[in-house]
Amino acid sequence: MAKRPAKHVVELEHAAIPWLLAVAVATAAPHAQHLPLWISLLVACVLLWRSWLWQQNTHLPGRWPLALLVMTGVAGIGWQFHTLFGRDAGVALLVFFMAFKPMEMKTRRDAMVVVMLGFFLLLTHYFYSQSIPTGLWLLASTTLLAATLIRLHGGNQPVSTIFRYAGLLLAQAIPFMVIVFLLFPRISGPLWGLPQDAYSGLTGLSDKMSPGSLNNLIQSGAIAFRVQFSGDLPEKSQLYWRGPVLNDYDGQTWRVNASALPRPIQPPTIESQGKTYSYVMTLEPHNQRWLLALDLPVALPSDSAIAPTFETRAKDPLVSRARYAFTSTIDYVANRHENPDQLRRALHLPPEINPRSRELANTWRLKFESPEQISNAALLMFRQEAYFYTLRPPLLGQQVIDDFLFNTRRGFCEHFASAYVFLMRAAGVPARVVTGYQGGEINPVDGYLTVRQSDAHAWAEIWLADKGWIRVDPTAAVAPSRIELGIEAALPAGDPLPALVRIDTDWLRRLRNRWEAGNNAWNQWVLGYNPARQREVLSRLGLHEPDWLNMTAVLASLCGFALLIVTALTLYRRNTLTPAQRAWHRFCRKLNPLGIVRAEWEGPLAFSKRVARERPELARVAAEAAGHFADLHYGTGQPVQLHRLRECTRSLTDLLKLRTTSRRNPV
Amino acid sequence: MNAVLFNVNSLPSVKTGTRARIVNGTTFLPNRHYQPNHAITTIFQTTMPSTEMKSTIVDVIAAANKIILGKDEQIRLALACLLARGHLLIEDLPGVGKTTLAHTLARLLGLQFSRIQFTSDMLPADVIGISVFDRERSEFKFLPGALFSHVLLADEINRATPKTQSALLEAMEERQVTTEGETRPLPDPFFVIATQNPSSQIGTFPLPESQLDRFLLRIELGYPDRQAERTLLESGGRREQLPELAACFSPAQLIPLQKQAAAIHVSSALLDYVQTLIEATRHSPMFVHGLSPRAALALLAVARAWTFIDNRSMVLPEDVQAVLPSVACHRLRLANSANHARPEDIAKLIHAIPVT
Repeated sequence: MAKRPAKHVVELEHAAIPWLLAVAVATAAPHAQHLPLWISLLVACVLLWRSWLWQQNTHLPGRWPLALLVMTGVAGIGWQFHTLFGRDAGVALLVFFMAFKPMEMKTRRDAMVVVMLGFFLLLTHYFYSQSIPTGLWLLASTTLLAATLIRLHGGNQPVSTIFRYAGLLLAQAIPFMVIVFLLFPRISGPLWGLPQDAYSGLTGLSDKMSPGSLNNLIQSGAIAFRVQFSGDLPEKSQLYWRGPVLNDYDGQTWRVNASALPRPIQPPTIESQGKTYSYVMTLEPHNQRWLLALDLPVALPSDSAIAPTFETRAKDPLVSRARYAFTSTIDYVANRHENPDQLRRALHLPPEINPRSRELANTWRLKFESPEQISNAALLMFRQEAYFYTLRPPLLGQQVIDDFLFNTRRGFCEHFASAYVFLMRAAGVPARVVTGYQGGEINPVDGYLTVRQSDAHAWAEIWLADKGWIRVDPTAAVAPSRIELGIEAALPAGDPLPALVRIDTDWLRRLRNRWEAGNNAWNQWVLGYNPARQREVLSRLGLHEPDWLNMTAVLASLCGFALLIVTALTLYRRNTLTPAQRAWHRFCRKLNPLGIVRAEWEGPLAFSKRVARERPELARVAAEAAGHFADLHYGTGQPVQLHRLRECTRSLTDLLKLRTTSRRNPV
Repeated sequence: MNAVLFNVNSLPSVKTGTRARIVNGTTFLPNRHYQPNHAITTIFQTTMPSTEMKSTIVDVIAAANKIILGKDEQIRLALACLLARGHLLIEDLPGVGKTTLAHTLARLLGLQFSRIQFTSDMLPADVIGISVFDRERSEFKFLPGALFSHVLLADEINRATPKTQSALLEAMEERQVTTEGETRPLPDPFFVIATQNPSSQIGTFPLPESQLDRFLLRIELGYPDRQAERTLLESGGRREQLPELAACFSPAQLIPLQKQAAAIHVSSALLDYVQTLIEATRHSPMFVHGLSPRAALALLAVARAWTFIDNRSMVLPEDVQAVLPSVACHRLRLANSANHARPEDIAKLIHAIPVT
């Protein structure tokens, strides 16, 4: 078998290695947030080791020790994630390779592998975060990658020059990026399905509530959703954002029991009594099916339905930020004629728990005639007796409600709501727990109402025969300021507050508002640029009824147009030629068939000398033409010389013709 | 630029009866003395005021070529440097004729010549001169140093301490010397040819960038080619012939020549070309810094002088290309090594820029 010729291997410059290590750090570092600690530490150690080797300028470790290390690492990753596929394991593997590739980096080809791996690794960051800081970090990393490529191929140059060049290259890509972003046909939903483990870390309301479960949520300053009202908005005390309704109680935990819903689902009847409010909600992903709506919605977004308990449910779990348009009313009569099945469920209690509370409820049942009076009695009790609102409630015993109502008397919304609903059910009034959010804060920068996880709330609903379901908020009875002003006003001084809620410095609050408004704009216009938004933009551009065909056509023509402008600019930069230059160039081109081609940098004198050297018979005419051109272009030539120069071209043509004919008919 | 030796008049004539007017349309100036002739250039418009002056320069070059064999280009560059009122730095190994070149030029131009061999213990006063007390007249009398001459050969300038170097270089720039509160002008023309030996850098003080910039041109002589060396070996060393050289003209004649050289026509197209070249050095990743405006002025001045020597009335891109390596090499530092640019780097640059 014939041996293949040895390929020319370009050695990697020693001075280029820091660039590649920087690439490895820049592209791998953000993954440290979610990778297991041992992988982050291992990667950091390997990179440090490589830097040390670079600094010492010593040999890289041999093939076998490296292979052993890599095998061990891969096995470790497999053991950690129980697989080598999927998002987390795959990313861990890529980061791991990114750390080990520099250990065997000897040629420029290896360096290119590192750069390409870097580009690939950049993309994986979007699996975890699509925020502005991530975008900026990735932009910086892309610049670094481009600069590294320039460094690898352009040799040693000052760092500032390299980065200026890389920046210029990326800047040139911006028009195309904008065009493709705006016009590339969008499909709804993510471009590819992410593995199941992608959404494990999302926070939000849960489908069950036990003492203390809401407490964790309230400690978080993260944004739950943002709302943009199309008109004015209701009073803050009316802003109840309805989430999952909890009907089933086992003595400890309230649960949604979706499976037990009666089928076929009977649509609820909501009669609006007053003003309706239209708004668009941008909901952060929480990996659940319910949507949050202002109590109670009358018009729903498409792809969602209202459950018999008035909660809005989407078709699929919400795994990415989405926008929903609702219309709600705050003055309503809901399900005046309730399904008996629902009422039965709203009265159910597990037997033989909380005997003291049952006893209290029984005395009320005997004492009062209407359910309204019973409810008022309960609220009066909360208001007048010594109940306290605190985020640090004492632990409760086995009989949760009894313990709370008669011993500890300290708690927050979930305690009050659950105790109230228990009392109502025990007294024979249909009642249920509703969880969601209450309140929100207008961001003065962009006018969006921002609702955070710390606004999470639980309240109650009771059913009255003539009024349907009405909302009762026992927390409002204990701590009215929680509803009117927000959680920070309701808590006693000295109670710990979630860090982000406790912002009382003015500039810090302004800064946060700015930052969140910026984030919101990013979410609305960059991340939330879905088919609907695209259609909106396109129709504003005058392209109605866009389908992928004419969208592609517009895309292609716009890209072509941008290219055309670039080309035109480049051509325009080349100096327009003078008549003398044109005549001289024509003269020179006549010589091309003889194999004498004027180089771009060659001046007239040098060229005519070269012609004389290669074709002595043309020396005279070439010298004359060059002389005229030089006089015209570089000297103070007379206009008649332009004429002479053109004559030179003609006589050159004649000379060349003569040459060919004499060759054909030798005399 | 290497001179291509051919004569238009000796070329086979074009055998066409039909287009004879091509030849009739041109004027050929007789080219009289100078052997490596540039016949082609003679067809260019010529506005030179006196043929006498031209012939003198041609004579100088011819005579110098008899002493320094096979170094036509370097002789022309040195002469161009002189005509452009600049100073010359010759960097080469010992024994290739640096001193002989300096000496020859001084003699041929009828200039007063002095030479300083620089050493590390030399003081500025050794170059500039000192004041000594005259007892009879009881006053200080200034004894001018070697600096006070037309052509000063500063041999191995990099052996002197920076203090002495800068005394010399300041005098070069100002063309005058101030000692003890008195300013004394240097003779006009004043021309410094400094040499340095690039290979033995031990115990030397390499000239810093700012001082290298004072030298209009830097040339290397290099070994002679085989033919030239043979002639040299056959006829013996050239130093002996020096005293026999007759001056071609006087210092007073040189100054008008310098003025004429500075008045050579430069078109805006050529200025475009020069600017493009200068900008290219600034943007090229090859170099740490680009050429300064002072270097651009130097380039234009030398290109004019080169054109003048070549007996043409306007500067062509070829002239700029011919002098660019000598003007630029010592002013540009390579980005990927600590060295100065080499002529090959400059050639690369030239080849990347289309003439305008």
